[in-house]
This record gives sequence, C-alpha cells and structure tokens, in this order.
Amino acid sequence: MAIGLHDSQVSNPVLRWIDQRLPVVTMMQKEYGTFPTPRNFNYFWNFGALALINLVIMIATGIFLAMNYQPHTAHAFDSVERIMRDVNFGWLIRYVHMNGASMFFIVVYIHIYRGMYYGSYKKPRELLWMLGVVIFLLMMATAFMGYVLPWGQMSFWGATVITNLFSAFPIVGPEIVTWLWGGFSVDNPTLNRFFALHYLLPFVIFGVVFLHVAALHITGSNNPLGIEPKGPQDTLPFHPYYTIKDSVGIVAYFALFALLVFFMPNYLGHPDNYIPANPLVTPAHIVPEWYFLPFYAILRAVPDKLGGVLLMFGSILVWFVLPWLDTSKVRSMRFRPVARIFFFLFIVSFFVLMWAGGKPAEQPYVIISQLATAYYFLWFLVLLPVLGKLEKPLPLPESIAAAVLGTKAVLGGGPIPQAVAAKPMEKA
Amino acid sequence: MRVLKALALAASVFVATPALAAGEAPAAPNAGFSFNALLGTFDRGAQQRGFQVYKEVCSACHGMRLMSYRNLLDIGLSESEARAIAASFQVTDGPNDEGAMFERPARLSDRFRSPFPNDQAARAGNNGALPPDLSVITKARHDGANYVRALLIGYRDPPPGVTVMDGMHYNEYFPGHQIAMPNVLNDGQVTYADGTNATVDQMARDVTTFLAWAAEPETERRRQMGVKILVFLAILGGLAYATKRKVWADVKH
Ligand code: HEC
Ligand code: HEM
Repeated sequence: MAIGLHDSQVSNPVLRWIDQRLPVVTMMQKEYGTFPTPRNFNYFWNFGALALINLVIMIATGIFLAMNYQPHTAHAFDSVERIMRDVNFGWLIRYVHMNGASMFFIVVYIHIYRGMYYGSYKKPRELLWMLGVVIFLLMMATAFMGYVLPWGQMSFWGATVITNLFSAFPIVGPEIVTWLWGGFSVDNPTLNRFFALHYLLPFVIFGVVFLHVAALHITGSNNPLGIEPKGPQDTLPFHPYYTIKDSVGIVAYFALFALLVFFMPNYLGHPDNYIPANPLVTPAHIVPEWYFLPFYAILRAVPDKLGGVLLMFGSILVWFVLPWLDTSKVRSMRFRPVARIFFFLFIVSFFVLMWAGGKPAEQPYVIISQLATAYYFLWFLVLLPVLGKLEKPLPLPESIAAAVLGTKAVLGGGPIPQAVAAKPMEKA
Repeated sequence: MRVLKALALAASVFVATPALAAGEAPAAPNAGFSFNALLGTFDRGAQQRGFQVYKEVCSACHGMRLMSYRNLLDIGLSESEARAIAASFQVTDGPNDEGAMFERPARLSDRFRSPFPNDQAARAGNNGALPPDLSVITKARHDGANYVRALLIGYRDPPPGVTVMDGMHYNEYFPGHQIAMPNVLNDGQVTYADGTNATVDQMARDVTTFLAWAAEPETERRRQMGVKILVFLAILGGLAYATKRKVWADVKH
C-alpha cells in the first residue's frame, strides 16, 4: 500500500478526516459492509456473532462485579452476597455474569459442532479453526477460575479436585500443584491469583478472537454446502443481509438468556455453592459446572489417574489436528451420507458423557462413560480418517447459486437462470 | 425450522444438568408455595409471621448474618416497628474514645445479631453440631423451600431397629435421618399478632416463606423486570424478523 493519506470515500467530513489518517471506517465498510458472504447461510451461522456479544457481556458485567468483589477467603462469599443485596442492580449484574458463562458455552458448543458438521475446519480454514480451539481452552480456564471466586463449597472443592489432577504427572506433579496453589492447599493465595487470572484471561480471549476474525476475513466463511463461492452470484454483501439475519438470532438469544436470568437464575448452578467454602467438610458429590461434565466423565472413565488426565486433555487437543484427521475431500456432512450417521452418534456420545459426568463415579455410569469415551475417540481417530477414504460422497452442486436458485426457481415456476444447467443436489 | 433445531439443541443442554445429590432422604413434598411459581410473589403476612418465628425460635441457635434490620422494611414493617425490633438487640460497637468496646441497642443499619460470637461457641452450645447461618439456606439446598419446610415438620419416632445416636433426632427428610437439631416447633409455640393459629405446619410454612425471601430478596422485582424484558424482546423479535423477511424478499437463498 502506498504511503500517504488514505483515499477515503467517506462523505462525512469529520469521519473522512479520520478515515484518511486511520482508515477504520473503510475497514469496517469492507469487512462488515460489503464483505462478500455466501448467500446460503442458515441460522447456525449466527453463533459466531453471538459468541462475540457474549464475550462483551461477560467483560462488561465482570468489571462491575470486580468493583465490589473481595478476593479474600474470609470475605469473598459475603461480598458476592453483598453485591446481590446491597449494590444497585447487583443481583442483575451477578446473575447475568453467572448465567452468561452458561450461555457462552451453549453458544460456543453449537458454534464448534456447526463447524464440525459443515467441515469448516478444512483447508484453507485450518488456522482459523485452531484459533477457535485456543479460545475454547482459554474460556474453560476462565470459567473454571471464575467459579472459584464466590468461594462456596463447590468453588473450593472443584478447585481442589481439578488442581490436584496435575499431581498425576510423575516426579514434577506434586511440585506443580504446590506452585499452582501458592501453598500447600487451596487457600487465600490461590483465590487471589485465580481472581487476577480471571480478570486477565478474557482480554487474552479478546485478542485471540481478533485473530480468529482476521483469519476468517482472509478465507471467507464456509457455508452449509461446504463449497467455495465462485463469483458474485454466490455471495451477498454482509450488510444488510447478514446484519439483519444476525439480529433475529440475537433477539432469540437474549430471550433465552433473559429466561434464565430472570426466572431461573440458579437452575444451572449447584446449591452447594451457596454454602461457604469449608475445607473440613467434603460435599457428597463434587461436580463441576454442566459445561465441563463431558470432559469430567472422560477423566473418570479411566481407572488410572494419569491416564484419565491425559485422555481428558486429549479429548480437546484432538480438535487441533481435526483438519488432518478428516481425509475427505468433501466438507459438508450433507454430502456424506455415511459419515453423517456416525457424526450424529458422535454428538450423542458427547451428550451421554455430559449426562454421565453429573452422576456419581459408580456403575453403571462408569461403563457408560467408558463406552461413550471410546466412541468419542473412535470417531476422531478411526472413523473420520477411514471414512474419508472409503465413503462415496454425493455429487456436489456446481455452485452455491446453482444449488440455491435452481430448486427455488423450479419450485416457484419462474424462469430457470442460464447458469443453472447442472442438477443441483439439494436445496440450501 | 432451522431456528427451532438450534433452540432444540440449546434446550437439550438443559436436560443434561447435573443430577443433584439426593442423599438417602425422600424428596421433600411440594408445599405449593406461592413464591415458587414462575411469576409468584411472597405472602406479606406469612413473611412477617415467619420473621416472628425466626426471631422467637430459630434465632436462639441460627444467625442470619447477611440480613440487616433495615431489610425488614421490605416485608411491610413500618420504620418505627423495625427500629423497635432492632433496638431490642444489644450489639457490640467501638472502640470508643477510651479505646473500649461497648454495647448499644442495634440500629436499622446493623446486621442481624448472631446468637453466638463464633462457630466454636455455636458448636459448644449445640452438642458439637453447628447450626448453619440461615441467610441463604433455601438457595443452599436442593428444592430449598420445600426441603426446609419438610425438615421442620419431619420429626418422627425412629422406625423400629434404627438407633438414634446420643444427642441426635430422627428426621424423615434430613439426609441420613439423624439431625443434631431438636424438634423446635410445637403447636402454639408463638402467638401471632394477626391471630393466625400457630400450628406446627403454619409456623413451618411461615418461617420458610421468610427464609426464602431472605435468600433472594430481589425475587419479586426480578420477575417483574423479566416479564417486561421478555415482552420487549417479543416485540423486537417480531420487528427484526419482519425486517429480515423484507430485506431478503427479493433474494433467493
Ligand atoms: C436448639 C438450637 C436450634 C434451634 C432453636 C433451631 N435449630 Fe436449626 N439447627 C440446629 C443445629 C444444631 C443444626 C445442625 C444439624 C446437623 O447438622 O445435624 C440445625 C440445622 C438446621 C438446618 C439445616 C439442615 C440441613 O439440611 O443441613 C435448617 C434448615 C434449620 N436448622 C432450620 C431451623 C429453623 C427454621 C429453625 C426455627 C424454626 C431452627 N432451625 C431452630 C439447631 C437449632
Ligand atoms: C470469558 C469471559 C468470562 C467467563 C466465561 C467468566 C465466568 C465466570 C464464572 C463461571 C463465574 C462464577 C459465577 C458464580 O457462580 O458466581 C465468574 C465470577 C466472577 N467473574 Fe467472571 N467470567 C468472564 C469474564 C470476567 C471478567 C472480564 C471479569 C472482570 C473484569 C470477571 C469478574 C468476575 C468476578 C468479580 C466474579 C466473582 C463474582 C461472582 O461470583 O459472581 N469475569 N465468572
């Protein structure tokens, strides 16, 4: 790009003055205004925007919570209750933050499985996908440490169980745990550092989200057909088409969010976390928040502690290599009749794990967790690589426009556009 | 259709919430509390009677350290009534100019006085068992309000073959059935100012109503705000969807 003032097309003189020196308006116009976007998105493509909004909500409510929260073992529990009782609209801020974490995971799980179903991780979007996995790992760390802050029984015992996992590593394990705790048990130093990190990590997430979006705007979005747009007839400008479609999704998301916050704010939480932390009393069942349950089930499915820890981390780390495990040339499961069946079983295994993770570590839940864990890894490590080679995918449509306009035109009885000579596979 | 699918997926996440530790006790019967309904409110009379039960019975052993006397205004007591109640308790203040702590009558801004100075004293006074602070008790138990009410009316003679340990009492709804808290409610235990007959069941309901409110004092305001916000979102959603249809009307997709 040439050095010198940017050749701005903005008409407002003030904005133009800025845009010539720092072309943010031009950039926004390019990335969110005219940005060519496949014309055939379904509502699953709302979830990225929803995740971004959710992150902003978490940071906004979190900062106001932090103004009144006390990261000290003797005051943390009461300070959260004080926020709920004596801070103006403190109950609202706290319940939005608390349920916001659950909403965040609902949104991000849908976003991730959307990507898996439509093959959004495949070339050329591998790095985009991997940045997403990094965001998910950071989210897990953030949510885990946030849950410790109110210093209830589940906060304390959850922190104890999870940090203790590191002791499974040979030789250095116990050292790591002491280092994480800042002492010889989960105590005030642990709470302090968790608060500092819980405040920091969301901003790190923000940075990675920026990279994630930047990478997206290099490759462009995938779409339900999983074929690349070939020309202008395949795309629409992002605005107004997708700004308005996202708006519809955002309102629906807010409605679900409001239902939780205003009518069942503690439904997704555990009552034990309203009992102040007590190192001398162990709760009958220590369970993490619902969004960690699938991984918790994998952890407990393995009789060996170290094996369980490795498998648990492995169950997410395997996502990093997903672009190379999937050997199929075809992205979207719409055109993979066999893989698609196994994919739905994979989703089922995830929900089974989520359910089993909330049950006590006894039979039959252990064997069920083991079977579901086995299928989870079978899918990634065996089925995906093998099916990509063996399966005969359905023929792909010529182009997005062909698929979209063809069927519609036929249905509507209108003239069939010239470009649509080939038989489209499926309606978008 | 696709929205529905997405919502169904989201909804199924809820079904997968952790099963809560049921313990060995039977589930508490549903007492049909008005405030447990989705849009329910608290019965002011029951709240005030419940406070009386708490003050005259439970507060001998249980504190409510998150509550202040000023909060009583919210259940319909007048300021002078609340002041009088506060003033009937002595709290420690200080140090004064001589550096000494001193006792004075409580004010509206003071927290409820706890019966024991610390947990050790509380245990010493209760056979080694700790009576938990009741400020958030209904949030801290599964199906909290129904559970607390059931607990209070759940004292029975132990079934044959069950020996109750020394200083323990048999309770149908307490996990493990052996509870250190004795049966504290007997018919006519308190005399209600509004003439309500103080049966055990009545007192249990009333004190539970008070405790449920104390645990979530924002409940009524929260639900009212929620209704307004959902109505607003319904309208906004309709408009957004209509706009979306219009924008996309001339585009095949
Ligand atoms: C004589 C002292 C005493 C009085 C009076 C008393 N309690 Fe208790 N309460 C206890 C003790 C001690 C425990 C702890 C029981 C245990 O852990 O075994 C307890 C426990 C409880 C619990 C918790 C049970 C659980 O699930 O852990 C509740 C709820 C409760 N009391 C409510 C009340 C209410 C309401 C009143 C007034 C109507 C009341 N108590 C009066 C001594 C008392
Ligand atoms: C990625 C975004 C975030 C996630 C997923 C997240 C998650 C959580 C969770 C699960 C809790 C426990 C809620 C409860 O049970 O009370 C929590 C508490 C808390 N968070 Fe966050 N959080 C995020 C961002 C932030 C930010 C940016 C801040 C501060 C600037 C913050 C400040 C706090 C504070 C002070 C608490 C303790 C108060 C409370 O427990 O309600 N959070 N967070």
